[in-house]
Amino acid sequence: MRARLPWQVLAFLLPALLVYTTFSALPLVDTLRLSLYSTDEAGRQHLAGFANFHTLLSDPRWSAGFWNAMVNNLKFFGIHMLAQNPIGLLLAALLSLRGVKGAAAYRTLIFLPTLLSVVIIGFIWQLILSPLWGVAERMLGWVGLSSWFGPWLGEESSALITLSLVSVWQFVGIPMMLIYAALIAIPEEIIEAAVVDGSSPWRIFWRIRLPLILPTLGLVTILTFVANFNAFDLIYAVKGAVGGPNYSTDLLGTYFYRTFFGYQSQVGSPTMGATVATLMFLVILCGVAVYFFAVQRRLQRFTF
Amino acid sequence: MTVYPRLAHASAAAALCIVSAAASAGTLAIESWRIDDKTLWEEVLIPAFQRKNPGVTVKFTPTAPTEYDSSLTARLTAGTAGDLITCRPFDVSLNLYKKGHLEKLDGKPGMEHFPDSAKVAWQTDDGKDSYCMPMASVIHGFFYNKKIFSELKLSPPATQQEFFKVLDAVKASGKYTPLALGTADQWEAHQIVYTGIGPNYWKGEDGRKALLSGKKKFTDPEFISVWDTMAKWGPYLGKGASSQTYADSQNLFALGRAAIFPAGSWDIAYFRQQGNLDFAAFPPPVPAAGAPCYISDHTDIGIGVNPKSRNKDDAYKFLAWVGSQEFADLYTNKVMGFFSLSSHLIAVKDPVAKQMMDWRKSCGSTIRLNAQVMNRGEPNMETEMWNVDSQVLNGKMTPKQAADRIQAGFSKWYAPQK
Repeated sequence: MRARLPWQVLAFLLPALLVYTTFSALPLVDTLRLSLYSTDEAGRQHLAGFANFHTLLSDPRWSAGFWNAMVNNLKFFGIHMLAQNPIGLLLAALLSLRGVKGAAAYRTLIFLPTLLSVVIIGFIWQLILSPLWGVAERMLGWVGLSSWFGPWLGEESSALITLSLVSVWQFVGIPMMLIYAALIAIPEEIIEAAVVDGSSPWRIFWRIRLPLILPTLGLVTILTFVANFNAFDLIYAVKGAVGGPNYSTDLLGTYFYRTFFGYQSQVGSPTMGATVATLMFLVILCGVAVYFFAVQRRLQRFTF
Repeated sequence: MTVYPRLAHASAAAALCIVSAAASAGTLAIESWRIDDKTLWEEVLIPAFQRKNPGVTVKFTPTAPTEYDSSLTARLTAGTAGDLITCRPFDVSLNLYKKGHLEKLDGKPGMEHFPDSAKVAWQTDDGKDSYCMPMASVIHGFFYNKKIFSELKLSPPATQQEFFKVLDAVKASGKYTPLALGTADQWEAHQIVYTGIGPNYWKGEDGRKALLSGKKKFTDPEFISVWDTMAKWGPYLGKGASSQTYADSQNLFALGRAAIFPAGSWDIAYFRQQGNLDFAAFPPPVPAAGAPCYISDHTDIGIGVNPKSRNKDDAYKFLAWVGSQEFADLYTNKVMGFFSLSSHLIAVKDPVAKQMMDWRKSCGSTIRLNAQVMNRGEPNMETEMWNVDSQVLNGKMTPKQAADRIQAGFSKWYAPQK
């Protein structure tokens, strides 16, 4: 047994490695590098050490917007964890029951919004929720709740929650599919043995199925985390890059966009933008690291 | 090793040959954010230019307005931008000039047809270098639905008092929304409302210059009173105005469901396309009867030359044509709602456009309050203004709070305001 890597493996890995390096790794490294520079009036860049980070985190003109975006992002993530993943789990559990009529049709329908463009999703929901032309108010009226209706997308207190729920509606298919796949992969013998031992279906779910799909739930959590902290498109499609009203829907993605590209009269700064991007990268990196070291390792024990 | 540089030279020379061949063929590309005007450029403006200058091919290559500034900067840096650059007013273009992405245009043919007041939007702070030729301005005011006004026996208001009487009358009728305005997109609250109705209060250029020199603050009565007026608009907006977009407002007015639309002159073209809407315009009402009137006549669009253009001779020919009487006439009358900034005399054909252009005769003109210099700092005043103006309209912020917040942001970085 020789430990040498056969050359074929390298040859087959090379194309993917090249593509990954050129389009993912190098731009990332360059972004990290750029965050250490600053731009002067004539557009020349010079090394500035950690000055950008210092400005971004300590100068109230920058840090207020940054922390506001960070807090909004945490709320955005929190709503996904509270709504998207439990609903995904519930749907997957229902779909994996034996003898559900039309399970395939439900599965497809629930997954379908994930395939739609975010621009379409944003546009449709803006229309549905519009107080002028939308159907939401009339539909609430059918069940006698029309007094509950408000211009949810326009109110500071509800805009972020509404957008989060739109995003949940769009992406709930992904946790559902992943959890569904994990649920149907559980060997029948284990369930049957539990039934023979006299366990109730409720107990089987909580004590047997759920522990067995925990690795998938962990995976879903981390996927949600990464996607949420990179979120940008839905907010941009519905509220524009300013994240109104009163920055209540401003996420790190939109804050980065305004800083890097500029917006209206605000002139973009590639170096400051790179600093924001670097901090976003670090936040995501920390989140993923916590997951890998604290959660994933323990989860391994439950798997076969 | 020595082979490579020579090879590089050879290929560079070959490339140069191709380039000069392309240049002699005379192709110009125009960078712009006016996607809406693409057909107009291709079918009216460019053919008119080519009749005078045969053999020059001109391509109009617009980018979406929200992406224009970032993608143009990227193309200019990479050296792949077009020959002629459509310029945003003030700092965005000034930045390009400082980075060497725009040619100095002083003394170039065509520039003599523009008054200094038009050129200032595309000059360095000391006024010594001009880098874009002014093309057009937009004027702000109000459109009203003539049918609704005659049905309710109303006439266009001249003073603020009359304005609110009209709004009350429309509201009392219960059939129409008095004001077609929402705050979901935020920018209208500032660019159309605050800087549109405000000049009457801060006396146009006087107030704007006093802010720049540090003699006045946003917390002074003439600036707060604009927010005071806006705070009173809330009850006259449509249901759920906080989530009403600009397109929603346009639709409300185009469908005849709203009586008054706070407008920019560019909206004329949109409402003309909607067919048989019978509308006219009135200027922002003055605070008291007999007070002098001021309008926001904003220098919005200019055109400059890319220093890296391979075909500068033709680019300058085109620029000279942009400064001509013919262009002024075509642009004003075909791109409805954009008014030529040149000193040529032109007849405006669209009745509403003519109405708005005629305000220039009786009212003082000024540009959007914060367009010059004030947007330069951090926090960016334009973005801040969108935010506070929408909140004042929604009743979420008092005029005093709005003024304090803007003044605090302004005085943080602008020396004369410290």
